[in-house]
Amino acid sequence: MNKEEALQAYLIRLGDNALILGQRLGEWCGHAHQLESDIALTNVALDNVGQSRNLLTEAGRIEDKGRTEDDFAFFRKEQEFRNNLLVEQENGNFAQTITRQYLFDVFQFHLYKALTESKDEFLAGFAEKSLKEVTYHRKLSGDWMVRLGDGTDESHAKMQEALDIMWPFTGELFEMTEIDEVLIAEGIVPSLKDIEEKWRPEVEAVIDEATLAIPDTMGYMARGSRDGHHTEYLGYILAEMQALPRSMPDAKW
Amino acid sequence: MDTAEREKQFQEKIDSGLKVEAKEWMPENYRKQLMRMISQHAHSEIVGMLPEGNWITRAPSLRRKAVLLAKVQDEAGHGLYLYSAAETLGIDRKTMIDQLLSGKAKYSSIFNYPTISWADMGAIGWLVDGAAIVNQTMLARGSYGPYSRAMVRICKEESFHNRQGYEIIYQLAKGTPEQKEMAQDALNRWWWPSIQMLGPSDAQSKNSDETMRWRIKVESNDTVRQRFIDRTVPQAEAAGLTIPDPDLKYNEETEHWEIGEIEWTEFYRVIKGHGPCNRKRLKARQDAEREGQWVREAAAAYAGKQRARAVKAA
Ligand SMILES: [Fe+2]
Ligand SMILES: [Fe+2]
Ligand SMILES: [Fe+2]
Repeated sequence: MNKEEALQAYLIRLGDNALILGQRLGEWCGHAHQLESDIALTNVALDNVGQSRNLLTEAGRIEDKGRTEDDFAFFRKEQEFRNNLLVEQENGNFAQTITRQYLFDVFQFHLYKALTESKDEFLAGFAEKSLKEVTYHRKLSGDWMVRLGDGTDESHAKMQEALDIMWPFTGELFEMTEIDEVLIAEGIVPSLKDIEEKWRPEVEAVIDEATLAIPDTMGYMARGSRDGHHTEYLGYILAEMQALPRSMPDAKW
Repeated sequence: MDTAEREKQFQEKIDSGLKVEAKEWMPENYRKQLMRMISQHAHSEIVGMLPEGNWITRAPSLRRKAVLLAKVQDEAGHGLYLYSAAETLGIDRKTMIDQLLSGKAKYSSIFNYPTISWADMGAIGWLVDGAAIVNQTMLARGSYGPYSRAMVRICKEESFHNRQGYEIIYQLAKGTPEQKEMAQDALNRWWWPSIQMLGPSDAQSKNSDETMRWRIKVESNDTVRQRFIDRTVPQAEAAGLTIPDPDLKYNEETEHWEIGEIEWTEFYRVIKGHGPCNRKRLKARQDAEREGQWVREAAAAYAGKQRARAVKAA
């Protein structure tokens, strides 16, 4: 695998994470528990969709086969998607959405922060620009973690259940492949081990402040997205997202 | 000063074109009419998020998805802003939302129609936001300061929505035959509801006299409707689409487009709760409220704990 191939694959990985999370958050639009939260969730959705557009466009540019952001989003099959399993998990209730969001936001924040020092000009610029957005997302979801975890008995129970559901999907955020090796050697991306070292204490502190407990998974964590093996949810997400452009492949929108 | 004298002075103020501000004296009926109108407008923004929210996950390009997300978010912002404007009259948001959820308060009946094709995202921006702009540009000239200023601000964003909606329709209309068919179908379904959305004709309208005298509205429904028709018909022509009205004709003398008869029975059917989506829309709002209950309670409980901790620490 050469540098270009690795970089293109890495951009797809980042772009798919942003896209699928944005897609999930978009489902909330109009249905949140109060207007302020509706606006905030839509904001996060919008930022992520925007990021995915930049990332997938750049992936197409590097690949140099004329594929656009929309070709990547709408005309790839399920197993070609490289988003982490975490972001495709169901919205569930607000507790689940917030927990999924928080666990991912902290990861995305530290990853983007490290990427501001990338030797790849696009990635460094992209990370710089997106870091502001992600800083806000992390604050928003972190505040809700604490508020709901340490709110009422009911909200506490819901948050603990949410954490039990989402936690097993955090392991593979930090899984590295040949793509990472090639790009780390070139100084283009950080080691995900370093990101995990920043992510873990921060997340643990907030979970603690939220009076929640990290579930004991007996050492087992979900994995698969690096090989395109997703949970059952992604197929439905794509069926919904891709239906219209696929039904009229010659149309422009 | 007695009420009659106050009302006289109030009327003089309005006639001289001055704005009424929140803290100033106003006739009870003026307050009531405005409260009803502004809260109804706020509810429309919120319920209006639903038919468009319906297509966010299915938008056919990422650019369209982002634009649609931003648009629906704007509508939530309009709702917030309008609830605040209504609150200046002495009613709180909770009460207004309860009125919406209980079915006591109305919202624009146009949002009781379903969005069954992507072209509906174009038709709503073009026709519904288009009709809203014409109406709200008129309302911006109204006498109540907070509402009038809200209208100025909101109209700027509605203009964006309107342009983006027309762009969707235009592109479909100039696209493949199948896309053009989608655009025409959306126009066929949304045209008359958009015409009706501007309210009953002047002959039937019961609120008009007082609202005009107090400059809550400065033009009648039919005048506003005519302006909407005149600006929209040429846009349909430019896109190569046909307005679904065989009687539509241009009057050279008056320089206005004249439309065929409006089917008001349909309008009242939807207003009375029997449109295609009335129950679905209201249920979506009721569900959000119910499912959000524990979240609001938790937020309040947490805030309480924080206050207690601050007291203890002090
Ligand atoms: Fe509006
Ligand atoms: Fe609006
Ligand atoms: Fe709008």
